[in-house]
Amino acid sequence: MQEFEYINAKTVSEAVTLLDEKGDKARILAGGTDLIVQAREGRRTLDWMIDIKSIPEVNELSYDSNTGLTLGAAVPCYQIYADDAVCNAYPGLVDATIIIGGTAIQGRAGVGGNLCNASPAADCIPPLIVLNATCVIAGPNGEREIPSEDFCTAPGQTALEKGEMLVSIKIPAPQQNSRSYYLRFIPRNEMDIAVVGAGAAIVLDEAKQRIISARIALAAVAPTPLYAEEASALLADREISDTAIDEAAQAAQNIARPISDMRGTAEQRTHLVGVLTRRALNGAIQRVKDDAA
Amino acid sequence: MSENKEYKVIGTRPIRHDGVDKVTGRAIYGADFQITGLLHGRVLRSPHAHAKIVSIDTSRAEALPGVKGIVTAQDLPAAEDKMADLGEGAVNLKYLCDNILASDKALYKGHAIAAVAATNPHIAGEACTLLDVEYEVLPPVLEVRQAMEPDAPILHDNIRTSSLGETGEKPSNVASHLQHKKGDIEKGFTEADVVIEREFVTGTVHQGYIEPHNATALYNPDGQLTVWCSTQGAFTVREQLAEILQYPISKIKVVPLEIGGGFGGKINVYIKPVAALLAKKTGKPVKVLMNRADVFEGTGPTPASYLTIKIGATNDGKITAAQTSLAFEAGAYPGSPVGAGAMCVFAPYNIENVLIDGYDVVVNKPKTAPYRAPGATNAAFGTETVIDELAETLNMDPLEIRLKNGAKEGDRRADGPVFPRIGFIETIEAAQEHPHYTSSNGKKHHGRGVASGFWFNIGLESSVTISVNPDGTVNLVEGSTDIGGTRASIAMQAAEVLGIPAESVNPTVVDTNSIGYTAVTGGSRTTYATGYAAYEAAQDVVKQMKARAAKLWDVDEDNIQFADGEFSSINGKEEQISFRDLSAKLSQTGGPVVGRATMNPAGAGGAFATHVVDVAVDEETGKVEILRYTATQDAGKAIHPSYVEGQIQGGVVQGIGWALNEEYIYNDEGEMTNASFLDYRMPTCLDLPMIDAVIVEVPNPGHPYGVRGVGEVPIVPPPAAIANAIYDAIGVRMTELPMSPDRILKALGKI
Repeated sequence: MQEFEYINAKTVSEAVTLLDEKGDKARILAGGTDLIVQAREGRRTLDWMIDIKSIPEVNELSYDSNTGLTLGAAVPCYQIYADDAVCNAYPGLVDATIIIGGTAIQGRAGVGGNLCNASPAADCIPPLIVLNATCVIAGPNGEREIPSEDFCTAPGQTALEKGEMLVSIKIPAPQQNSRSYYLRFIPRNEMDIAVVGAGAAIVLDEAKQRIISARIALAAVAPTPLYAEEASALLADREISDTAIDEAAQAAQNIARPISDMRGTAEQRTHLVGVLTRRALNGAIQRVKDDAA
Repeated sequence: MSENKEYKVIGTRPIRHDGVDKVTGRAIYGADFQITGLLHGRVLRSPHAHAKIVSIDTSRAEALPGVKGIVTAQDLPAAEDKMADLGEGAVNLKYLCDNILASDKALYKGHAIAAVAATNPHIAGEACTLLDVEYEVLPPVLEVRQAMEPDAPILHDNIRTSSLGETGEKPSNVASHLQHKKGDIEKGFTEADVVIEREFVTGTVHQGYIEPHNATALYNPDGQLTVWCSTQGAFTVREQLAEILQYPISKIKVVPLEIGGGFGGKINVYIKPVAALLAKKTGKPVKVLMNRADVFEGTGPTPASYLTIKIGATNDGKITAAQTSLAFEAGAYPGSPVGAGAMCVFAPYNIENVLIDGYDVVVNKPKTAPYRAPGATNAAFGTETVIDELAETLNMDPLEIRLKNGAKEGDRRADGPVFPRIGFIETIEAAQEHPHYTSSNGKKHHGRGVASGFWFNIGLESSVTISVNPDGTVNLVEGSTDIGGTRASIAMQAAEVLGIPAESVNPTVVDTNSIGYTAVTGGSRTTYATGYAAYEAAQDVVKQMKARAAKLWDVDEDNIQFADGEFSSINGKEEQISFRDLSAKLSQTGGPVVGRATMNPAGAGGAFATHVVDVAVDEETGKVEILRYTATQDAGKAIHPSYVEGQIQGGVVQGIGWALNEEYIYNDEGEMTNASFLDYRMPTCLDLPMIDAVIVEVPNPGHPYGVRGVGEVPIVPPPAAIANAIYDAIGVRMTELPMSPDRILKALGKI
């Protein structure tokens, strides 16, 4: 492992200044469950490691039933699934946080880091996309916000510009009769990276018979996690039916452009997009139906 | 399980002697070893699967501060094409040396090229990036059938196929061809009413031990070389070092530290000679450790294979003929376990007409190493699947067809040996009677499969000494690495003889200077052969202690009896003394008592197993879940039933991994793309049900307590049993391992 300097930043502006000064040889350390492994295995060279865990804003976890969730960039998974209000409001996000690594990893790894690592197979990103999450970014020119589906630009690449860092993620408060769901396919029951991941969020009518709107997102079938816009739109204002769900699954398969690698073949992944999209949609619908009226 | 009342210690379940050290983290494993002045070594490995090494320039690495020494194949004594004697079989010395540090060609990605010793591991690692190696890249050959093609890239210009006493004329990747014949194969198939012939492919899989390879070496100024390491056999390490380094065996001491798994993969040496070369060059102790990728890419997996199996039977289920062709990947150098596969392929069945052909084929993958019943699992996958199909065709219960044809005492294997008393039939009967097999399994997408397996087990040399302590305990010194609880199973055999509790025996595994020659912990031999030596050494103690009692009571030695831990005088004087009390009187009766024995027993007795598995298949994703697993096995006599069960469970789990997801995945350039535990998918506890281990005891006539080795055979049946269960669930026969979700989807026509 190469030598590097460790800096413990105390404020967002200090971190941003450092990032701006050091350029791409500086990396932000939050949970470190990706960064330290990458550095140790020589997959990423870095001269500066900027620890942001002492910055108050990146540790914020606050939920309000009117305004929604503010999730600091360094909040680890375990804090999310230990929060009853968050679990109740965003079950699809919780689905992802409980399957990332084991218990020890979940004590460090966070949703913000999962987003910034920009893996095509990141489990947390499809839930963020279906939950309409936005990313709050700080940089030398101040703050800006972008939709979560626009955050990843290529494997390991993000929309962050020089000197910018992710401060927090904002998720709107859930609507009436809405629920989310995320699942992935892995050949084992644990300790695997998603061969395919699918997330869905669904809003039903009062009678829970009709879909008002839906959002579908996919992982591990393209260079970035994908928002399945057409598949989502197909479900708007439709009765719940196998036909409707099959059509959405087909539309989701149409946008998948997977590769074959050691984790799965392209054909297998395309097939699984259909299977998982159906299961995610049915899972989200079932959650709404299971909610007390 | 039979209740055997004749024993006091054997068949009980005492806490293992090494348990406290291991559960408290105090046990010293190879990587834990520390010594003053230690340098750290790192090996540079080939990025190419097949390449000529044109030149190695070490100058930039040498200039890095902290670098203390660099070695390449040039630092090995010039290896000739001669056979090296390793006790257990001769090996071509040049191949042996070239696998340690490549001299002219890199034959697989991960092949060791050079090594650096530095003041810390990070500097050694950085220095490796400064070694300039010029390669001439050659096309790799990565699959056994491709390697056998006449126009395949050739790995070794000097290999000519050795076939049934003849040597081929042209260079070939087929190093050897063997054959076993019994009866008249044509006649056998003519007599059959049903003949089924199928092809099978199995992937390259690794032993997957948790602890990576490690070695620390030190040369004393007087030329004494000491190597501290984890290994399955300190003496085989000593032999390999002596051959590879061309160094006197008496000047090498190998100190075995605790081992974190081996499964056959820690018999061959890799970095131990490298540590020795670096230690010699620097004059300092040098520790070399592998990481997980090094282990996958640089150490022996077990071979991928291609086999055809053809079996014929009459309408009443009698098998009349069986034929196979087994082509095994040896990896970069000859020496796959195809010979063992050929011994096991039809061994469970008494078949009159048999023809077995085996091919040992080199490919651009790491040199294969033993893995738990090496070769037998590949072979049984084919045989046991075809037997299942035969049973189905003949409308017979799959256990019935095995019962009808199962080998018994006096039956001869196609490769020669005649079975002594064996317990195959008893394992089938145990499976038939088990509530698992008698329960229903009617759910949709659920299936049940069965399969059997055989492993011959081995004996080989073991030495044990036992010294008596004044408090009635004994110290037992042995040379067998304890991988699976053998300190306990060996100590218990001595305790039984001495009439003392298992806890009163203190077993210690010692270095090569401190005990007589002892062969590797492998071949399921340790509880059998070292246990046998412990039994004999304890008998020696009893004999000497009888003499002390005779002296004490002033009677003739013939008048001393020993039973239940008590010495007594017969014929006249009525005297009695316990083993413990007599132990306190040794100094006054002539001094210390040390019993000793060396053994090389021939009657290992074969091991058989029959497994039953239920699976659920998700037809949408192709994922197979193991719902229930029952493994019956003839242990001969279970010395410590918990560790027999542990061996059975561990073997089954490795077999499940091999069956479902484990494999080396290669890209076109011959690079393994999944050299990590993340992507080399071994099952975790979340993927497995509790494995129900059923011990059957048909005593082995070749051991005083009837012991048969138990460690290997449980890995043999699982892939076939699971394939048969998948067929039962979804109606497709899987003929390629692993039966991973994508292959299941393909077989179902979903992709």
